[in-house]
Amino acid sequence: MDAAAIHQRLKVRFEAGVGDCDLQAKDPFIMVEPAAIVDVSRFLHDDPELRFDCLSNQSGVDYKAKGVIEVVYHLFSYPQRHHIVLKVDAPRDHPEVPTVEGVWKAANWHEREIYDLLGVVFTGHSDLRRLLMPEDWIGHPLRKDFVEPEEYHGISTRRESLLR
Amino acid sequence: MSLAGFEVEVQQTGSTGLETEEMTLNMGPQHPSTHGVLRFVVKADGEVMREAVPDVGYLHRSIEKISEKVGYHGFMPYTDRVDYVAAMFCNQGWGMVCEKLAGIEVPKRGEYCRVIAAEFNRISSHLLSVGTMVLDIGATTPFFHAFREREKINDLLEELCGARLTYNYMRIGGVAWDLPPGYAEKCLAFLDAFEPLIDEYDDLITYNTIYLGRVADVAAITGEEAINYNLVGPNLRASGIKYDVRRDEPYSVYSELEFDVPVGTGEQGTVGDCFDRYIVRMREMRESCRILRQCFKQMPGGPVIAKVPRKFKPPAGDAYIRVESARGDMGWYAVSDGSEFPYRCKVRTGSFAAMSIIDKVSRGLMLADLVAVIASLDIVAPEVDR
Amino acid sequence: MQDFLDSLIQQGYFSGVPRDVVYAAGMIIAGAIVLLVFILNVAGGSTFIERRLWARIQSRVGPNRVGPQGVLQWLVDGIKLVMKEDIIPTLADRPLFMAAPYVVMMGFVATFVVLPFGSRLVIADMNVGLVYLTAVTGLVVIGILMAGWASNNKWSLIGGIRSAAQIVSYEIPSGLSVFPIVLLTGTLSLQGIIKAQGWAPWDWFLFANPFTFVAFFIFFTSALAEGNRTPFDLPEAESELVAGFVTEYSGVRYLIFFMAEWGNLYVIGAVSTTLFLGGWQIPHLSDNVVLTTVLEFVTFFVKAYFWVLVAMWVRATLPRVRVDQLMTVCWKYLVPISFVNMLGVAAWMLVFPTGNRVVSFLMFLLGVSIVTYFFRRVFFHLRRAHVREHGELRLSPLS
Repeated sequence: MDAAAIHQRLKVRFEAGVGDCDLQAKDPFIMVEPAAIVDVSRFLHDDPELRFDCLSNQSGVDYKAKGVIEVVYHLFSYPQRHHIVLKVDAPRDHPEVPTVEGVWKAANWHEREIYDLLGVVFTGHSDLRRLLMPEDWIGHPLRKDFVEPEEYHGISTRRESLLR
Repeated sequence: MSLAGFEVEVQQTGSTGLETEEMTLNMGPQHPSTHGVLRFVVKADGEVMREAVPDVGYLHRSIEKISEKVGYHGFMPYTDRVDYVAAMFCNQGWGMVCEKLAGIEVPKRGEYCRVIAAEFNRISSHLLSVGTMVLDIGATTPFFHAFREREKINDLLEELCGARLTYNYMRIGGVAWDLPPGYAEKCLAFLDAFEPLIDEYDDLITYNTIYLGRVADVAAITGEEAINYNLVGPNLRASGIKYDVRRDEPYSVYSELEFDVPVGTGEQGTVGDCFDRYIVRMREMRESCRILRQCFKQMPGGPVIAKVPRKFKPPAGDAYIRVESARGDMGWYAVSDGSEFPYRCKVRTGSFAAMSIIDKVSRGLMLADLVAVIASLDIVAPEVDR
Repeated sequence: MQDFLDSLIQQGYFSGVPRDVVYAAGMIIAGAIVLLVFILNVAGGSTFIERRLWARIQSRVGPNRVGPQGVLQWLVDGIKLVMKEDIIPTLADRPLFMAAPYVVMMGFVATFVVLPFGSRLVIADMNVGLVYLTAVTGLVVIGILMAGWASNNKWSLIGGIRSAAQIVSYEIPSGLSVFPIVLLTGTLSLQGIIKAQGWAPWDWFLFANPFTFVAFFIFFTSALAEGNRTPFDLPEAESELVAGFVTEYSGVRYLIFFMAEWGNLYVIGAVSTTLFLGGWQIPHLSDNVVLTTVLEFVTFFVKAYFWVLVAMWVRATLPRVRVDQLMTVCWKYLVPISFVNMLGVAAWMLVFPTGNRVVSFLMFLLGVSIVTYFFRRVFFHLRRAHVREHGELRLSPLS
C-alpha cells in the first residue's frame, strides 16, 4: 500500500486526529495530533491490511523557529513490506506526547532517549528517566537553545582551544 | 556511581523461616566481558537473576549534535565512531542519506567499491563477534583463530583506505579512492584461504557439547517479540524472520548480486536461542565471501565518486535510509534546512534495541547466561550510546 | 624417609636426641627441600610451559623474549609480583584476607608429604596416605571461602561459594573412583599401591580391568574440577566474575594462589600416576642405588607431567560449563558411575582374586589403539592444514 492509500484509510477512521499527508517529500509522511497518536498506532498495528508491526525508528527534532518539537515515527510492516512515516508536533515549551509503548515495545527506549535529549514528556510511560545522560544532569542537550553548564560535579566544561 | 533508580528490595522467602535477600550486583562499566562500556545492575537470588537492568550512557559522545556543527562532509569521520567495529556501514549509511536528500546518484564502480569494503567489514565484524562470544563462554582458542583472520582483513582494508578500524573511506557521492592495483588478486587469495578456515570453527567449537550446553535453548526470542522490540539483522534472522535489507529492499548494487539469507532454524534447541544467533553469523560470513567474489568479477570501470559540491547544500526536507550493517539494519534519519550543516541527524542502531530486550530475556537465567546473552546479541557499546 | 633416618641413627648420628624428634626434624627439612627445590620450580615452570603450549594451540608464539626461548619468563613474573604494592581493600576483613592464600597454600603443599618420587624418595609414607591426601586437599576449600568472603566484594563471594560447592561436590566421585584401587591392593599407603603394580603397562591398574579404566577418567575429571581448571574454572571465570575469588588480591598473595593452582596440577598428575599408572616402577636395570633412584624419579616425573600437559591442553580447548551443569555432571553422572565401578571391581575380585592377565593385556591393547587412532587424527588434520597453507609444518611446541 502506498502512502496516499494509508492516509486515506486513516482519515476515514480518525477524522480529527489525522492531519495532512505530504506526498512530495522524499519519505511521504502523515501529520498526527498528539492526542490521537496512540489510537492511530494501535490501528496501524492491528489492522490486517496495514500490519505495521515494527517501529523502525522514533526520533525527536527540535524546530525552534516553528516553536514545536516534532516526534517522527518511521513504521515498517514485515508481512506487507510497506513503510509510512508519522509526525507528531508538540509545543516546544511544554512538550507532551502519549506513549506508544503499549503498541511497540521498541518505543520504550526511544522515548526515554527523546525525553533525555529533548525534554518531551511521554505520558503513560512506564519508566521515563534519563537514558544516555547522567541521572542528575540538568537540561536537554539536543535542543537548539541548550547552553552547556559551566561545570559538572566540579569538573569544568571549558577547554582552551588547541587551534591558537 | 549511584544506585539512583535501582532500589534494593528485601525479599523474605519465609517457607523455612529463613530471611533471604536478593543480592544486587553491579556488572560494572569495566568488566572483561561486557562489550564496551556497559553497566548492568543485576538483582540475583543466588545464581539465578531476577532482573538485569542495563545502565547505558557511558560512551555517549553526542555525535548527533556534533553533526550540526561540522557539516555534511565533515561528519563522515564521526560516523566511523558510531560503530567502530563495522565502520564501513556507518560511512555508507551517512553517504546514502545525504545522497537521498540531494538526489545524487553514485557511479556503478563507486557502488561496487562500497559493497566490497562493506562486505569485508561484515566478515571482520562477525569474526570479532563470534570470537568474543566463545571467549566469554570460556574457550580461548577460537578467539585467537578469529583474530588471526581479522588481522588479514585489517591489512587488506589498510591497503585500501589507510586505516585499520575507523576507515573514513566513503564520501558523499561515492568512495574516496579507487581500489589499488593488484588488490583484486590479494583479496581473492585471502578468500580462497579463508573459506575453508570457517570450517575449523565447526570442528572446534560449534558442535562441542559443553558449548551447546551453554548456548542452546538459552534466551530464546520468538519472531513476534523480536519484531516488537525492533531487533534487526542476525538477531532477527535467528528468530526465524527471513528479512535482510540487502535482499528485500535492495540498495546500492545488491540487486545484481546473488546471495542467500541464513535464518535460524532452532537446530540445536529452540528457534531464536543464542546458538541460532551464533550460527547465523557464521553462515553470513560465507555468504559475504560469495558476494565478494561476484563483486570482483562484475566490477565495471569508471569513476568512483559523483560530482558533489564542496559546500553541500541539499534542499530542505528529511530522509530516512536503512543499511544492512553487521549488527542489523541501521537507520539514518537526516533533516536538512537548506544550509550546509545538517539540522538534525539521528542514527538508529541494531544494538540499541538489543540492549532494551536484555532485561526481559534474562529473567530466570543464571549469571553465566547473562554473559552468553549479551555476547550473542552482538552488542557494541558505542552503537547504543552514540 | 623413615628408613633413611633409621640408618643414620644406627650409624651413630643424633646420639642424644629422641627418635621422634629426629624423625620430625628430618621430615621438616626434607619437606622444606621439596618445597623450595621442587614445588616452586615445577609450579613456576608450569606457568611458562602452559603459556607456550597455549600459544602454539592458538596460532601464536607466546613469551619468547626473556632468556633463551623465554624460559626465564616465570622467574621474572614472580619477581615482579613480589615487588608489587600490597593492596588490601579498606573494608576487607584483614586477618582472613591475609590468611586465605596461606591456607590454600598449606592445603596444597601438605599433599607433597605423602607423594612418592621414587622407591626411596618419599617424605613420610603414611599407611593412611590416600585418606590423608583427600583430607588435606579439603583445606583448600576453607582458604577459597575465606578469600571470597574477606574480599568484601560480591563477585568474589560468588566465586568463593561456587568454588566451595564445586570442590566439595567433586570430592565424592574423586574419592569413590579411588576406592577400586584400594580394593585391589588392600592398602591405603601410596608406596604400597605402587609396589602392587608393575613396570609394564599391562601391569598398571589403569588396564587391570574395565572398571578401573573408567575409574581413571572419572578420577581425572574430578581432580580437574577440584583444581578449578577449565572446563570447571567457574570460580575464576575471567569473563564473568573478573577474577572470581582472587579479584582483590595483588602481589605476593596473588602469586601464592596461582602457584597453588599450577602446583595442584602436578599433584593431580602425580596422584593419577601413583594410583593408575604404576608410579615409579621401572624394570630391574642395575644394582646401583643412585642410578635406580634417578631413573625412578625421572619415570615418575615424566608420567606425572604428561597429565599436567593434558590438563593444560584441555584448558586451551574446551569452554566453561555453567554451575548447574557442573553439579548435574557430578551428582547425576559421575557419582552413580563411581558406585557402579566400585561394585564392579568388588565383583571382579570375587571372580578373579589375583587379577586376570589376559584382560589386562586386552585393555592395554585397547589403550594402544585409542592412542594410535588419536595420532592418526592429528596427522590427518596437520596434513589438511599443510595443504591449505602451502607452508612449512612446524610440529615443535617450542618453535
